[in-house]
Amino acid sequence: MRLLAAICLVLMPAAVWAEEVVLGLSRDKISITTRFEGSDILIFGAVKREEPIPEGSELEVIVTVEGPSEPVMVRRKANRFGIWVNTDAVEVDAAPSFYAVASSGALGDVLKDIEDLRYKVSIPRAIRSVGAPMTIQDSESFTEALIRIRKANGLYQELDNTVAVDEQTLFRTSVRLPANLTEGDYRTRIFLLREGNVVADFDTTIDVRKVGLERWLFTLSRQQPLVYGLMSLAIAIAAGWGASAAFRMLRNG
Amino acid sequence: MLIYLPIAEVSVNAFLLLGLGGLVGVLSGMFGVGGGFLMTPLLFFIGIPPAVAVATEANQIVASSFSGVLAHLRRKTVDLKMGTVLLIGGLIGAALGVLVFNYLKALGQVDLLVRLCYVVFLGVIGSLMFVESLNAIRRSRKTAGAPAPRRKQRGWIHALPFKMRFRTSGLYISVIPPVLVGIAVGILAAIMGVGGGFIMVPAMIYLLGMPTKVVVGTSLFQIIFVTGFTTLLHATTNYTVDIVLAVLLLIGGVIGAQIGTQIGVKMKAEQLRILLAIMVLAVCGKLALDLLIMPAELYSLGSAGGGH
Repeated sequence: MRLLAAICLVLMPAAVWAEEVVLGLSRDKISITTRFEGSDILIFGAVKREEPIPEGSELEVIVTVEGPSEPVMVRRKANRFGIWVNTDAVEVDAAPSFYAVASSGALGDVLKDIEDLRYKVSIPRAIRSVGAPMTIQDSESFTEALIRIRKANGLYQELDNTVAVDEQTLFRTSVRLPANLTEGDYRTRIFLLREGNVVADFDTTIDVRKVGLERWLFTLSRQQPLVYGLMSLAIAIAAGWGASAAFRMLRNG
Repeated sequence: MLIYLPIAEVSVNAFLLLGLGGLVGVLSGMFGVGGGFLMTPLLFFIGIPPAVAVATEANQIVASSFSGVLAHLRRKTVDLKMGTVLLIGGLIGAALGVLVFNYLKALGQVDLLVRLCYVVFLGVIGSLMFVESLNAIRRSRKTAGAPAPRRKQRGWIHALPFKMRFRTSGLYISVIPPVLVGIAVGILAAIMGVGGGFIMVPAMIYLLGMPTKVVVGTSLFQIIFVTGFTTLLHATTNYTVDIVLAVLLLIGGVIGAQIGTQIGVKMKAEQLRILLAIMVLAVCGKLALDLLIMPAELYSLGSAGGGH
């Protein structure tokens, strides 16, 4: 009897939480062209399960989209000799260039703190900051400033109550990628939650790349900077000369 | 129509850039100045990263000065020998300027340096020009156009060694002052993203005593090479030259300059100068206020460890 109970205990979670994500993306590749004005991606999917819908708890869904992480230098101005000068600086070790977290309810309600810590879901958790110089006491305010500035630029988004969940099975949301996007692999994660615990997660990437002219110019400027510089001069001189010659011709009839 | 700038990595309205180029072009055509000192702060205001604005503006100045220098060469109003001496100083200055620029960028103070430079130089030049043109207007009202007596510079400048004859300018002076002027302008070109004509032209007239008719052509000649060199230095060390941005500004600028020249012909020189002085002071005032008033956001983000 004891053995049976133990087996039940071991099997129970698996039986109850046997839910899996089947995901669809409206696009898994985003091309930054010269005319790039930002992009909406629709993220949708279904919950696959072998058993009937577990009762007693509501299914919640969180979707995160995360751009490539980079170290960021956050600087603070202070008044020195009457003018505002950058004085203190804290280096944040890794901050995603873009981060959107959409959830089916308020993020704090649907996700337990311990799970947030484990999966690094909320914006402050997605930023990794190891330590500030000894001279700076309030290093949190630098991280807060980073979040505030990026939120204002549309690069960090907290989208509470934006994931629609139907019949505890179908879910969908859309995330707006702004025009000032950097390229890279955008990691997209989907979490299924019950009672604040993650019961299943799914990982995929959206490929964001400069293409065509943008790609070519960017690569050239990094790999052959001298050639790029000379080319810039040549193009600029030709364009300036051409435009003034055209204007002269136009005026002279 | 939004356009994504590949190096600046921001989307900007293409017509806004054409319009800015045009506006500054009109002013530069009217007043005969390069316009870099107006364009660079305007680029800051629309959200182009300062490093990209400075480097790209240098590229644009090369192009907009090029057609000007061709016209002056045809009229033989370029002192090539003096231009070359200024240029040697200019190249040294530009290299120094880029070094300082990169050093301060690593410290996070490049923004401050560029703004301070602007406030100081625009303030000084603007006030001098304002006072001078006010006096000129007052004089022309009083004496009905009697020409002001030209001061002949005699003194320490003529006592320096390494004298050289500059035939086109009709000068026999030491090469030290022109080289120093060149270095100063080169540093400014690299740090502020300006051609430096607004410093160079007064320096050539008042310090070196060059005849006015060769001053503009010679300074343009020198500016092309110095800003061209600056562009290459920024492109190879900072990767901050955005060719798409440069071309858009340029097209607007060239068309604007033609319109500006037409307007300039119809106005009196003193009126033009006083207008330019007011404008220079306005830009200076705006930049100074930004430094003095507590900013709404005390924090700013930068990439760690220099580089892009």
